[in-house]
Amino acid sequence: MAATDTLPSLQTLPSDQLRALQWRFADRYDLAMIVQSVRPIARGPVARLVAQGGRNTHEWTAEKNALLAIYDESGITAAFLNPEFGGFIEGPKNLALALVAFELSWVDAGAATCSLASNLGVAPIHERGTAEQVAHYMPLVSPPGPGDSREATRVAFALTEPIPFVGVETGLLSGKMRIVEWEDGKEPMLHIDKRGRFITNMDFANVVTAAVDSADPRIKGSCIVILEKTDPGSWDAGVPTRKMVHQLSSTCDPVFNLKVPASRIVGGYTVKDGVIIPNFSHGEIIEAVFRRTRVTVGLMTSSKLLSAIEPIIRYQRSRFRGGETGTPGSPRYDLGLQTKQDVLHRLIDVWATGEAGAALGFETARLFDRLDPLDREKDRLFAEQGISGRGVLKAFARIQQDAIDCVTLQRQPEAGRDQARLDLLESNPLVQYAILDAQANVFCPACKLWNTGYGATVMREAVSLMGGYGITEDCPGFLPHKWMDAQLEATYEGPEAVQRRQLSVTMTSGLFLAQFEGWITDLEALQAPGSGACITASAMRLWLWSLRHLQNATDVHGAKLYQSNRQGVTFPLTDALCWLMASRQQILDTVELGRSGAADPSVADELPGTLAFFMDLCQVQAARAAGETARICSELVLGYLAKPAVACACCADAAPGVDATALQAFSGHRARLDACLYGFRLAKDRAANALTSVMIPEALDYPV
Amino acid sequence: MSYQIIVCGSLVPDPLQTLEPVTGPQGPALKNEMMLPSWLDPWAGHALYEAARLAGQHAGSKVWLVSLGPKAKLQQVMMTVAQKVPFELVALDGSAGGFTDASETAAALAEAILAIPGLDLTKLLLFGGWESASRGAGATLQIVGERLGITDQFQGVDSLTLEADGSLRILERVEGGKHQVSVCSAPPAVLGWATGSLPEPRNNPQVGMANMRGIMPALQKAKPSPVSTGDITFTSVTLPTQTRTTQVIKDASPEQIAADIVAWIKGG
Ligand SMILES: Cc1cc2nc3c(=O)[nH]c(=O)nc-3n(C[C@H](O)[C@H](O)[C@H](O)COP(=O)(O)OP(=O)(O)OC[C@H]3O[C@@H](n4cnc5c(N)ncnc54)[C@H](O)[C@@H]3O)c2cc1C
Repeated sequence: MAATDTLPSLQTLPSDQLRALQWRFADRYDLAMIVQSVRPIARGPVARLVAQGGRNTHEWTAEKNALLAIYDESGITAAFLNPEFGGFIEGPKNLALALVAFELSWVDAGAATCSLASNLGVAPIHERGTAEQVAHYMPLVSPPGPGDSREATRVAFALTEPIPFVGVETGLLSGKMRIVEWEDGKEPMLHIDKRGRFITNMDFANVVTAAVDSADPRIKGSCIVILEKTDPGSWDAGVPTRKMVHQLSSTCDPVFNLKVPASRIVGGYTVKDGVIIPNFSHGEIIEAVFRRTRVTVGLMTSSKLLSAIEPIIRYQRSRFRGGETGTPGSPRYDLGLQTKQDVLHRLIDVWATGEAGAALGFETARLFDRLDPLDREKDRLFAEQGISGRGVLKAFARIQQDAIDCVTLQRQPEAGRDQARLDLLESNPLVQYAILDAQANVFCPACKLWNTGYGATVMREAVSLMGGYGITEDCPGFLPHKWMDAQLEATYEGPEAVQRRQLSVTMTSGLFLAQFEGWITDLEALQAPGSGACITASAMRLWLWSLRHLQNATDVHGAKLYQSNRQGVTFPLTDALCWLMASRQQILDTVELGRSGAADPSVADELPGTLAFFMDLCQVQAARAAGETARICSELVLGYLAKPAVACACCADAAPGVDATALQAFSGHRARLDACLYGFRLAKDRAANALTSVMIPEALDYPV
Repeated sequence: MSYQIIVCGSLVPDPLQTLEPVTGPQGPALKNEMMLPSWLDPWAGHALYEAARLAGQHAGSKVWLVSLGPKAKLQQVMMTVAQKVPFELVALDGSAGGFTDASETAAALAEAILAIPGLDLTKLLLFGGWESASRGAGATLQIVGERLGITDQFQGVDSLTLEADGSLRILERVEGGKHQVSVCSAPPAVLGWATGSLPEPRNNPQVGMANMRGIMPALQKAKPSPVSTGDITFTSVTLPTQTRTTQVIKDASPEQIAADIVAWIKGG
C-alpha cells in the first residue's frame, strides 16, 4: 500500500492550460481566447434559457432569437470568417470551430447547432463558390457592428427533402431547376422548386443554399444554388419541426418557389452546345462541406460526456448528506455513493469515452487545418494544368502510388533509403495532399460515427448514474437533454449508416492502410508503459489481419464476404476501426501531454497526477476497444464458416473448407491481444479510486 | 485633456472552487492553489472597466494594467481579460496569493509604474480595487500611492466624473448606503474602486486579438518580483467557522433571500 500511496494522483479537474497542451493549441492564443469568449455565453445566457425551460417549445421564441445577437457580439458568428471578411482568426478554422462547438455543447448542443448551421449554410460558397460569390456573400455573413444598420445575413443549408426523397440517400433529389428566361448575351434565369425537411435555421435565415437537380434538358445534372429571401416568387419557411432535441436551434420544413439568376449556381457553370453545365454537382459540394462540419458534430457529444463528470461526482458525494446517519468526516457523508465501486467504474467508462472521443475529434479538426492549405494548393495546381472533372481522378490515381512510396520511404531507416526520392515526394504538395486526404477520409466519418453513436449510448450511462434525478429537468448539467440530443448528433449531417458506408470504402484504400500499418509500429515503439499502447497496437494488428482476410474470404456458400452490399460484414469492421482510432488518439494525446506539459511550468503541480490518471483512462479505453475489436473480428472471421463437427472454436480448423493456416494466424493475433490485457483492470481500479479524492468546485458554474 | 490611467490588479482563485487553507513551504496557502482556475480580482476588474470607459471618453488617454502574479497564471487570465477592453499590460512575475505582505507587493508595483516610459504624474490616475477578493487588507493601493507621492486618495469609489475644468468629482462609499462627494482639483490621484456602475463587458475576441499583440511580449519580459509574507507570522489560518453550504435555489425573491440571511444571522 505504501508504495501506491506515493504515486501521483488526480487532484483537480483538468485545467484549461492542460487541455490546451493535450489538444495541442497551447501556442495559439487566438484559440484560447475563443474558448474564453464562448464559455461565458454557454454557461451564461444559454444555460439560463435552458434552466428557465426555454427548450420546452418547438417554436422559435423571442428568447431563443435573442441568443443570435449574443453569438454575434461574442465573436461566435464571425469565427468562421477570414479576417478580410470580418473574422478574427487567420488561416484554417477547423480547430477553432471545433472548440466553439465543444464549449457550447458543454451546456447545450442546440445552441452549438444554431451557431454552426449558418456556417454549414455558407460552407458551399466558402468551399466551392466562385470568386464573385465569395466576395459577395462572405462579408454579408459577418455580423453588423455598432452603427451598421444592415440586417444580419443568416444562412441555412437545404439538402434533405420530404419522404420519399433525399435522406441518407442524397441522390434522390426532388428539388428542381429549370430555365425560365435566357435572352441572348444575358444571364439565364432559373426557376427553383425546392422543398426541404428538417432544415436548420429556417425561422430566421434569409439566404439558403439548396440542392437541386435539373428538370430541363438545357441544364446538365445537379448543383447547389443560392436562394435569397427577396428573390421573386415564394419563400415559405415552413412549420417548425416537432423535434425533441436541440430546441435552441430552429428547424422547419420550408418550401421555395423562386426565380434566380444562373450566377447563383455555387461554383459557377459553363455553357456547352446551349446547355448549362454546373461546375460542381450537389454531390461534390456536400462532400467538401460535410467532411469538415461533421467533425464539430462529433465533438458535441464528447463534450457532453466530459461535462457530465463534475455533476455526477457532486451528486455521488452529496447523496447521503443531511440525513441522520452520516456525519461530516464519515465515509457516508464525505463520499456518499462513491463508497460503491460500480458507480466509480461506470463513471470511469463515461470519462474514458469522453476523452477518447475528444482526442479523435480534435485530431480530426487539426488534420483538416493541415489539409486545407494543401487542398487549395491542389486546386490551384490542377487549374494551372487544366485538369478537371475525371482528369482529377486520373491524376490522383497516379499520385496514389507516389504517396504510398512516400509513406513507405519515411518508415525505412535513413541509412540506405532513397533519400533523394523521399525529398522529392515530401516536397510535392499533391503527394502530401493525398496522404492527408486518405487520413481525413477515415478520420472524419470515424469521429462522426463513433463519438456520436457510441457517445449516445454512454450518455445513457451518465444519466443512469444520477438515478431518478437523471431523467428530470432538475438534473444538474442538463444530462437528460444531452442524452437525447446525442441521438440527433448521430443522425443529422449523415446518420451512422452514411459514415459506415463511407468508411467501408475509404478504410480499404492502399494509401490509408499503408499509414495504418505505420501507426501500429509507432504505437509498439512508443515508450509509454501503462498507456495501453500495446493493447491497442495488438488490436490494430488483429483488425488489419481480419480486414485483409475478409476481403479475400468467402462464406460457407462461396459468396464473397467483403463487398458493398454485405453491410453485415463491412459495417461492423468500420465500427471496430473507430474504436481503435479513438483509443490510439487518446494514447497519443496523453503521451503528448506528458511531453509538452513537462516544459510548461503553469501545469507543473497538476501534471503528474492528471497524467497518471489519464494513462489509466487510456488503458481502460484501450482494453474496451480491444474487446470490441476482438468480438467483431471473431464474429466475422469465424461466423460465416460451417460449424465444425465438434462445436468448439478450437476445433474449427477441422471444419470443411476452412483454411487452417489462416485460422492459426488469427488465433495468434487474438492470443497476443489477450496477453496485453494483464494488469489493465488495476488501472481501472486506480482511476476509480482517484474519483473519490479529486477536488471539484463547490457548485456547477452554470445554472440548473 | 488626456489621462494616463494605471490600474493595479491581479488574479484571485475562482470563488466557486473549494478553497482550503494549507501550510506550504512559504507559509500559508490554499490547497491546490496553482491548479485552481483564476479570475481577474473583481474589484480591480471594476476599476479596469471604469478606466476603459474614461479613456474612451478622453481622446489620447491610455490604460495600463499593472499585474503582479505568477506569469503562467497571468497569461491564462489574460485570455479572458484581454477580450474585455483595450489596455497595455505591465506584468510582474511573483505571487498573487492572499497571504503576501501588502507593503512588499506595493513596493514592486510602484517600481514597475515608475518604469513606464513617458509616465506623467500630472495626467496620472492610479486605479485599483479598494480591496482584493483574496487579500482584504485594503492597504496595497494606498501604499503604492504613497510611494509614488500621490496623497489625494479615495477609497470605495463608485463614480468618477472628469469635469471640463480638469477637476475630478468622486463618489466614495460611506456608511448607510450613502456616498461622500469629493472634488479633487487635478490629477494625480489614487482611486480604490468599489463596484463602480459598469457591467462586466462581454468578451470580444477582436479586442482580445488586438490587446494580445502587446500582452504576449509583456508577459515574456515580466520581471521576477519575489514577494513574500514579509515579517508577518501567521499563527493559524482557517476558513470562517460556519460550514460552507452551497444551495442552488431558483427564482428566490429579494425578500426571501433577505429573510434567509436574517434567519441565518439569528443562528438558524
Ligand atoms: C433537428 C434536425 C436538423 C436537421 N438539419 C438539417 C439541415 O439543416 N439541412 C439538411 O439538409 N438536413 C437536415 N436534417 C436532416 C438530416 O440530415 C436527415 O434526417 C438525415 O440525413 C437522415 O435522413 P432521413 O431522416 O431521411 O433518414 P433515412 O434516409 O430514412 O434513413 C433512416 C435510417 O435507415 C437506415 N439507412 C438508410 N439508408 C441506408 C443505407 N444506404 N445503408 C444502410 N442503412 C441505411 C439508417 O439506419 C438510417 O439511419 C436535420 C434533421 C434533424 C432531425
